[in-house]
Amino acid sequence: MRRTPAELVGARPEPGHTIDFDGRPVPALPGQSIAAALWAEGILAWRTTRVNGRPRGAFCGIGACYDCLATVNGIASQRTCLLPAEPGTTVTTQEGHGRADLAV
Amino acid sequence: MPTSPSDTSAPYDLAVIGAGPAGLAAAVTAAELGLRCVLLDAGPRPGGQYYRHPAPGLGAAHPERLHHGWSAFTGLTGRLAASTVTHLTEHHVWTAERGEVWRLHATVGAGATGSAVVEAKAVLLATGAYERQLPFPGWTLPGVVTAGGAQAMLKAGLVLPGRRIVVAGSGPLLLAAASSLVSAGASVPAVVEAGNYLGYARGLGTLAANPAKLVEGVGHGATLLRGKVRLRRSSAVVEAHGTDRVTGVTVARLDAEWRPVPGTERRIDCDAVAVGHGLLPQIELATELGAETVLTADQTVALKVDEGLRTSLSGLWAAGETCGVGGADLAIAEGELAARVIAGAPVPAALRRRRDRRRAFAALMAAAHRPGPGWTDWLRPDTDVCRCEEVPVAAVREAVEELGATDPRTVKLLTRAGMGWCQGRMCGPAVACLSGSTELRPDSRPLSCPVPLAHLADGS
Ligand code: FES
Repeated sequence: MRRTPAELVGARPEPGHTIDFDGRPVPALPGQSIAAALWAEGILAWRTTRVNGRPRGAFCGIGACYDCLATVNGIASQRTCLLPAEPGTTVTTQEGHGRADLAV
Repeated sequence: MPTSPSDTSAPYDLAVIGAGPAGLAAAVTAAELGLRCVLLDAGPRPGGQYYRHPAPGLGAAHPERLHHGWSAFTGLTGRLAASTVTHLTEHHVWTAERGEVWRLHATVGAGATGSAVVEAKAVLLATGAYERQLPFPGWTLPGVVTAGGAQAMLKAGLVLPGRRIVVAGSGPLLLAAASSLVSAGASVPAVVEAGNYLGYARGLGTLAANPAKLVEGVGHGATLLRGKVRLRRSSAVVEAHGTDRVTGVTVARLDAEWRPVPGTERRIDCDAVAVGHGLLPQIELATELGAETVLTADQTVALKVDEGLRTSLSGLWAAGETCGVGGADLAIAEGELAARVIAGAPVPAALRRRRDRRRAFAALMAAAHRPGPGWTDWLRPDTDVCRCEEVPVAAVREAVEELGATDPRTVKLLTRAGMGWCQGRMCGPAVACLSGSTELRPDSRPLSCPVPLAHLADGS
């Protein structure tokens, strides 16, 4: 039995980098989405909901559910399952609708 | 294979929307028959959801280990590379306009910051499907993910949501998902299937006519046996436990109507749950234009097509899951068949037979996994039905029982269920069921994805 997804497919990734998640460095491999990089670190939640303040992360993994929203490089409500984790990408836990700066 | 729009302003002969099995087969067949063809897809690489695969930077030497039928895919991408098809990646078509020629409006880029308009004389819709979800208490906890989502994140990003993953819901995708999770190193304590595979016994002739499907099932079965996975039929996850993330589930037996049988509850510890109840055809681009639909054997809405895969709108064809969910082999056969009809080429009898056999198998499968009406018994008043707007079951029931709503649209207006970001993609089937609606209508979404306002202004 193989032990990791990378071992299963015989992956030899190009050199990795880090993204910034709420001020903490999170490793990412080239081509991974932000959500995938967070899952690889065991992080499953990076948003709190608007009504009840409940934690959420990726649910559908394909851009259909919008549960994986986060503030990415200062822009609120980005689908992290679709956006690539690039060197220097900054991901901030999004609270509510992510527009606190606009006070709406 | 060109990868940007051609600089001639003439419309393409054919635009194919979606680069999964159906769309790839259609585009390469049409181009080989001499049509000027453009293939638009929201993803960065061809394959769609089924043939999702790791980004090149991940250096996967053996992507085929995550797939069934990988050689069919490499065959198609080889033909694509050698073809004249213009492949536009990261082009998400959000609306189609009919006229002398079709005008397809797309957002461009992973962040949807750019925009494009593509013109074509004919359009083939191969937009595939997304998963059907039925809510249960705790289904919004982090660590509860869709079965297809777990597959997608594994195939594309080589990651798992946890180490010990319960797979639950209904439909053949569960076995495929469990089998890949086990191969990738997860432990899967149980596959919890609400349907009863005995339903297949009613279609033994259809099974015998689809040996490849049986071999595929046996392959999953062997992997699951090696991984010590227990298949629980006629059972469902009726609750996920945890406060900030899932720590376990309660599983119960279901009766024939999918009502949980009291006293049969068992607790299973896990750190993730992968859940799904079959697939829903993604057809909103066509239904917004008024295309006719049909109800499939598992109560999903698909596009109505004739034997040449023409929809009810002239100039619009459909192939694969948009005509009813049936898997990759069927999608490839239909993509090829539709392209031949569009190009005015003959359809070989063997191709038509292959397509008909696979359609029959799809109908058998759909009937065996059709949700029973009793599933709503596992809901609690405070279970969120709509994940985006956090609308609980109690609010939906109040709209129906006290405010007199008799259809999903009224429930939506009274409760905001289905009015959030996902536009009802996750809660639509549940809301329809809770509103007791017998009238079948496709979800209405004027735009198929979020579109920056500036693009709307440009497109008008
Ligand atoms: S996880 Fe569903 S949109 Fe990203």
